[in-house]
Amino acid sequence: MTTIETQATAGTVPSGKRFFTLAGRYGTVAAFLALILFNVLFTPNFLSLQTLNVNLTQVATIVIVATGMTLVIATGGIDLSVGSLMAIGGALAPMIFMGALFPVSSMPVAVALAFILPVIATALLGLFNGLLVTRFAIQPIIATLVLFIAGRGIAQVMTNGNLQVFRNEGFQFIALGRIAGIPAQVILMIVIAAIAWAAVRHTVFGRQVIAVGGNEKAARLTGIPVHRVKLLVYMISGALAGVAGLIVVARNSASDANLVGLGMELDAIAAVAVGGTLLTGGRANIMGTLIGALVIQLVRYTLLANGVPDAAALIVKAALILLAVFIQQRAGKP
Amino acid sequence: MLLSMHGICKSFNGIPALRSASLEVGEAEVMALVGQNGAGKSTLIKILTGAYRRDEGSIAFAGEDVSFNMPAESQARGIATIYQEINLAPQRSVAENIYLSREPRRFGLIDRRAMREGAVAVLRTFNLEIDVDQPVAHFSAATRQMVAIARAVTQKARLVIMDEPTSSLDEREVAILFETIRTLKRGGVSVVFIGHRLDELYRICDSVTIMRDGKTVATGAMAEMPKLALVRHMLGKELAAFEAIAKDADEGAQRPVRLSVENAGAGVRVRNVSLTVREGEISGLAGLLGSGRTETANLIFGADRLERGEIRYKGQARSYRQPAEAIADGIGLVSEDRKVDGIIPDMSIRENMTLALLPKLARSGIVDRARQDEIVASYIAALGIKCTSPDQPIKELSGGNQQKVLLGRWLCTDPKLLIVDEPTRGIDIGAKAEILRLLRRLADEGLGVLMISSELEELLAAADRVTVLSDGTSVAVLPRRELSEAALFAAMAHQVE
Repeated sequence: MTTIETQATAGTVPSGKRFFTLAGRYGTVAAFLALILFNVLFTPNFLSLQTLNVNLTQVATIVIVATGMTLVIATGGIDLSVGSLMAIGGALAPMIFMGALFPVSSMPVAVALAFILPVIATALLGLFNGLLVTRFAIQPIIATLVLFIAGRGIAQVMTNGNLQVFRNEGFQFIALGRIAGIPAQVILMIVIAAIAWAAVRHTVFGRQVIAVGGNEKAARLTGIPVHRVKLLVYMISGALAGVAGLIVVARNSASDANLVGLGMELDAIAAVAVGGTLLTGGRANIMGTLIGALVIQLVRYTLLANGVPDAAALIVKAALILLAVFIQQRAGKP
Repeated sequence: MLLSMHGICKSFNGIPALRSASLEVGEAEVMALVGQNGAGKSTLIKILTGAYRRDEGSIAFAGEDVSFNMPAESQARGIATIYQEINLAPQRSVAENIYLSREPRRFGLIDRRAMREGAVAVLRTFNLEIDVDQPVAHFSAATRQMVAIARAVTQKARLVIMDEPTSSLDEREVAILFETIRTLKRGGVSVVFIGHRLDELYRICDSVTIMRDGKTVATGAMAEMPKLALVRHMLGKELAAFEAIAKDADEGAQRPVRLSVENAGAGVRVRNVSLTVREGEISGLAGLLGSGRTETANLIFGADRLERGEIRYKGQARSYRQPAEAIADGIGLVSEDRKVDGIIPDMSIRENMTLALLPKLARSGIVDRARQDEIVASYIAALGIKCTSPDQPIKELSGGNQQKVLLGRWLCTDPKLLIVDEPTRGIDIGAKAEILRLLRRLADEGLGVLMISSELEELLAAADRVTVLSDGTSVAVLPRRELSEAALFAAMAHQVE
């Protein structure tokens, strides 16, 4: 096929196919805008700073986890362990500043460690995922299932299954604090998504992630350290899950290893799928993931605000995912 | 005549794969079906079994005109196919595999005893006594093949098609397989044997059908077909001759050696290969399909591990564990299968071209986009790549332009040794000549080129020296002045004793 032929066929695309191509490219954005429009018209008090903040704070943890998930999925993998890693991160932090692990001499230091150590721990657990995937060539869905199951158990063992209740202004700034009126977790979400977006576009690592997912064999033959790239994306995914775990426990003033991050892996995967990143790898649409997460959140909010119960919202969420994947498939067909 | 296919034509998206091909197989005859990659063997077989529909032509099987719509129909009529990657269910037992989907039943339930006894009996006819309750995955490739053949026999197959059955077998296993084929033949079953190792074909086949460019170009009794003639029919002659751009290797005899491979070996595919590439020369690597050319390239490049022998690069012994190490040393490999090993289909031309160079294009991990654009633009111009923009996904380009992007991928890393595996496969004739001229120009600038090619014209036109492989062994080195079609044919048909 020459370029000229390609152009010729592009001109004769049937309108149905073109619809799917356009829908595949802009469908998520269109759905997002439609939801906003619907709410402006029908939901009382939608256009208020508070509504905005409520939605953004609720979506922040999903976006943070889904950003790591996007990178993992871009390499052709998947990370089921994120929810459990959130529980571990969330269990570890209060233990540190409450002095359960080692004596606290200075609270600022303890709070700093409560931010850093849990994230390092979950990053290392992510590395463990990566090692299973690369060194032992275990399928990602099975490899990360290990920590999906064991991770929550670890968190429960660490806390003896007890609820840790705390009040620590320094630590809880991450969830309750505001910078220039914007919730700190929202800023964190934007910063993380922006860094990931720039990394995918502008760094060697970002391009290598896409290449590994696009054609692993070819990537290896061009000298890309395929194993190292995969280890890194699982580490990043683990670290971001840890960050999300900190936010959740800080928001609740309590850490419950049974509940922190429960079902998060599915929300994150859903956001990635709705956002237009192919689950087969080779693409990483961070902006799409961000909007995908916002769409899912807005659907839920819209239904709740209009009196539809949460259980029914789940069904709509599932339908939305189905629709997104269907449109992508049709758009991707030659 | 058990099978006769005549005037078979088949096109894919307007590109003809078969142009009036034919195949005739007699009762209890072992027919060799040979041809280069892309000659149309697989397509012909798939049309016979019903996996593809033919555009034109007729097929008669056991005296009746037939037209199968799916493989199940041809199987029911007695045509069994045994593929390279054997289509058995690896975790099911031998007996279950033999009777898969035709399980003997009693009162509507599977009669396991009858199944087991039947399996033992049929395997015994091939002198194979194994535990039929074991999963087939527990057995060697040869045994698995035998199970597949046993399955064909219980289906009352009258024609068994074997697609490169010996490619992963060692010599002892090949002997067992051949004994099985003889047993089949004694039972009145005909065999179509697709293979590349000439010695094996002469050992087991009665007749031969040779295909080239989608046509059947010669048929005859195996014993009356000299090896030389067989090779000549297979490779044939391209219509367009290339301008001769090679230089006599003697001219460069004083040039330093870039790469020397001595008695290299790994696995069963590469047995004993020696070759040399000097600075500024195009060193050709010839051989029939399956002779170990690509595998040799993978060894040099570190994509596979060297097990025996030595590889010296710029005078130093090297054994790369990863392509990345070879690349760091200044070696590039344009692989044989563009789609599988070369392009990242969804990525743009720019990204594909700079993939190997990327680490050097970056400052603290961030790609220098300006330099990247500059380099890509210069190679698009220098290589004459036709595209709408560097942002165009590579999958939208023609084969020739994709190949140029992949060449650019290595050239921008400023390599000292470039291995090109079938550099002009699937490319139109004009682009072929262009790519050869390009390689020549690069060699003149000092690059060492190792060119693997199945196309004799290409080797004759461009190579300064040709090493010929046969069955994983380098059997001849032909300098430019001894290089001729006849000499290459003779070397390729060479029998390794």
